Amino acid sequence: MVKSVKIMDIPEEEMILPGTRLCPSCAPQLAYRFILKALGPKTIVAVPASCMTVVHGMQGATPVKVPVLNTTFETVAASASGIVASLKNLGKDKEVTVLAIAGDGGTVDIGIQGLSGAAERHTDMIFCCYDNEAYMNTGIQRSGSTPFGAITTTTPIDGKLEHKKNMAMIMEAHGLSYIATACASYPLDLYAKFVKAKEMKGEGLRYIHVLAPCPPGWGFDNKLAIEIGRLAVKTGFWPMFEIIRGKMELSKESRRLIDPTKRKPLEEYLQPQRRFRKLSPEQKQELENYVADTWNTIAKRVDV
Amino acid sequence: MPSIKLLKGNHAAAYACKSARVGMVAAYPITPQSPVVEKISEFVEAGELPGTEFVKVESEQSAIAAVIAASATGSRVFTASSANGLAYMHELLPWAAGTRLPVVLCIASRALAAPWSVWTDHADVFATRDCGWITMFAENNQEIYDTVLTAYRVAEDPNVYLPAFCAYDGYILSHTLMPVQVEDIEKVDQFLPPLKHHINLTDFEHVKGVGPVTLPDPPDRGEYGYAPGYFEFRFSMQRSLEHSLSVIKQAHKEFSEIFGRSYGNGVYKTYKMEDAEVAIFAVMSVAAESRLAVDFLREKGIKVGLVSLKVFRPFPSEDLREIFKDISNVVVFDREIGYGWEGVLSYELKAALYKSSTQPDIKGYIVGLGGRDITYQQIAKGVQTALTMESVNENPIQTDFIGLQLDKLQFLKREGGY
Repeated sequence: MVKSVKIMDIPEEEMILPGTRLCPSCAPQLAYRFILKALGPKTIVAVPASCMTVVHGMQGATPVKVPVLNTTFETVAASASGIVASLKNLGKDKEVTVLAIAGDGGTVDIGIQGLSGAAERHTDMIFCCYDNEAYMNTGIQRSGSTPFGAITTTTPIDGKLEHKKNMAMIMEAHGLSYIATACASYPLDLYAKFVKAKEMKGEGLRYIHVLAPCPPGWGFDNKLAIEIGRLAVKTGFWPMFEIIRGKMELSKESRRLIDPTKRKPLEEYLQPQRRFRKLSPEQKQELENYVADTWNTIAKRVDV
Repeated sequence: MPSIKLLKGNHAAAYACKSARVGMVAAYPITPQSPVVEKISEFVEAGELPGTEFVKVESEQSAIAAVIAASATGSRVFTASSANGLAYMHELLPWAAGTRLPVVLCIASRALAAPWSVWTDHADVFATRDCGWITMFAENNQEIYDTVLTAYRVAEDPNVYLPAFCAYDGYILSHTLMPVQVEDIEKVDQFLPPLKHHINLTDFEHVKGVGPVTLPDPPDRGEYGYAPGYFEFRFSMQRSLEHSLSVIKQAHKEFSEIFGRSYGNGVYKTYKMEDAEVAIFAVMSVAAESRLAVDFLREKGIKVGLVSLKVFRPFPSEDLREIFKDISNVVVFDREIGYGWEGVLSYELKAALYKSSTQPDIKGYIVGLGGRDITYQQIAKGVQTALTMESVNENPIQTDFIGLQLDKLQFLKREGGY
């Protein structure tokens, strides 16, 4: 398990300067800010078409201090593999961290082939999925990571009929050394997990899946961005854990939620979000069952 | 000492990568390209390519993405593909050119499905036409080796910085043994110095973003002046590609001085064109076969020669105007179709000679799709037929085929059989 991090442990230096082009209260950007603080200036980033392209600015001006290679939607893991190979070829691989960071579409949908390949080859890189649960940069279309019942621009009437993909388990099936889930609303935990992933350099692909609320996409007030992410965790909808060399451990914020009575009612998470406004009682029950099933699976794997 | 080896075309390409000290390779198997990367794997695992990283990716799309990224990080890179694999790379082809990366990609040409065909056909090569790459052809295995080396030299030229294809026929060259002179690596170093790249992602002080979002107009960046817009990027790509023609010729000249082998002027090759009145225009396997057709027709008293195009992009229109200026008829044999129009070489040549002071009649034929054999006798007959046509320019859209076997197909005898 990661060491507990205090706010004073976080480097003061900002790797992303003020004045990005992202929306107010963008949780993916908050996550990215702490990710780069954890990985430091000797990091090369690969970014597919996504909101992360936007954060990197437009021709001739970028707020981000580390070098980035932009690439096509589906190829971020392959591009990062190419950077890793070139660093080895040039004898620079020891000193540099390679990060691929993609949204949920670029990870669980169009990007899954390249990611699976890079994982299977044990490529020495960190792959981060910042999961805002739909194609937000193109206007809130449903993805394989959109939760059941959510209204998107391509599930406008019925809401999504399927549950989100369990990407952490898909990645675990690749035999990775390090898998973690995190949430932008818990930046210290997120920071610690990226430090851990960086420390595990040389152990193949390390995968971190970060839930990152999107105010316009999910339909909540900007001021609630942190609170919504916390509710996702506190209601048990988004369990935070690490799987280190096959051993699963719940993170501090999620540990006690193994006891269902410690979880906040799911309604508290669903109610403030306009994307869940059309949920029928049956759909709400389906989501309750989803949370219960998720935790039953976890309970079988962790020492309580 | 240089050694003469008996090599398949694919292995000639692999030996060229070794001679070029390629630093990073990413590839995915497809027939008939696979032996290129099998051989490179062998070199890497046998320790004959020290420091070279071979990433065995899970698709062609990842192969091209990975070599693009490795090139942007500073390595000399290589990949290869054919047909559907090359088509699967397509999205990333303009990415390599737009980022001005000297990627070299070998194409063992093969027909595009459907229906499936693993045999040679140039449709895969010509489908890449408008991606901003330099496109070179080879007619034999020595030429494959030499063209790969030349491709690196040109692609990495500071006045070019563009990716390059080296295309050769699947099976006809890819799987056929021919003697190939593999040069001493020190001599190759003389021709091909180490890559001095203009992009390097490990330059943490200076490099921030590769391939960012651009705007329709140049944005004002204050004290740093204006940054280019998309339009300026693409203008510069086009100018560099045009300019690369002279770089290719110069590189070819130096190549022939160092190694003693030459291929015309590096842009096109000729055979018996000195006194020719009629010319065959073709590339790759079709050009190779056409050499026999030239001899055959000359025995019959027809003054015919061959122009075999070596560089398709940039298209050497000035050279072609010059070489065809005293020619009455050009007969073009395309091993692909620009569907809905005619053979690509045929219409490209017509465009190049538009408003040229003397214009030959140009007759195009489609031959050899999907690996159908094309013989010198068929090529000769095509030339003879074209010469009897009163004016071949009257109906330019009419596409004629040589080597079809429609007579064997019963169903075509029914009404509306096509």
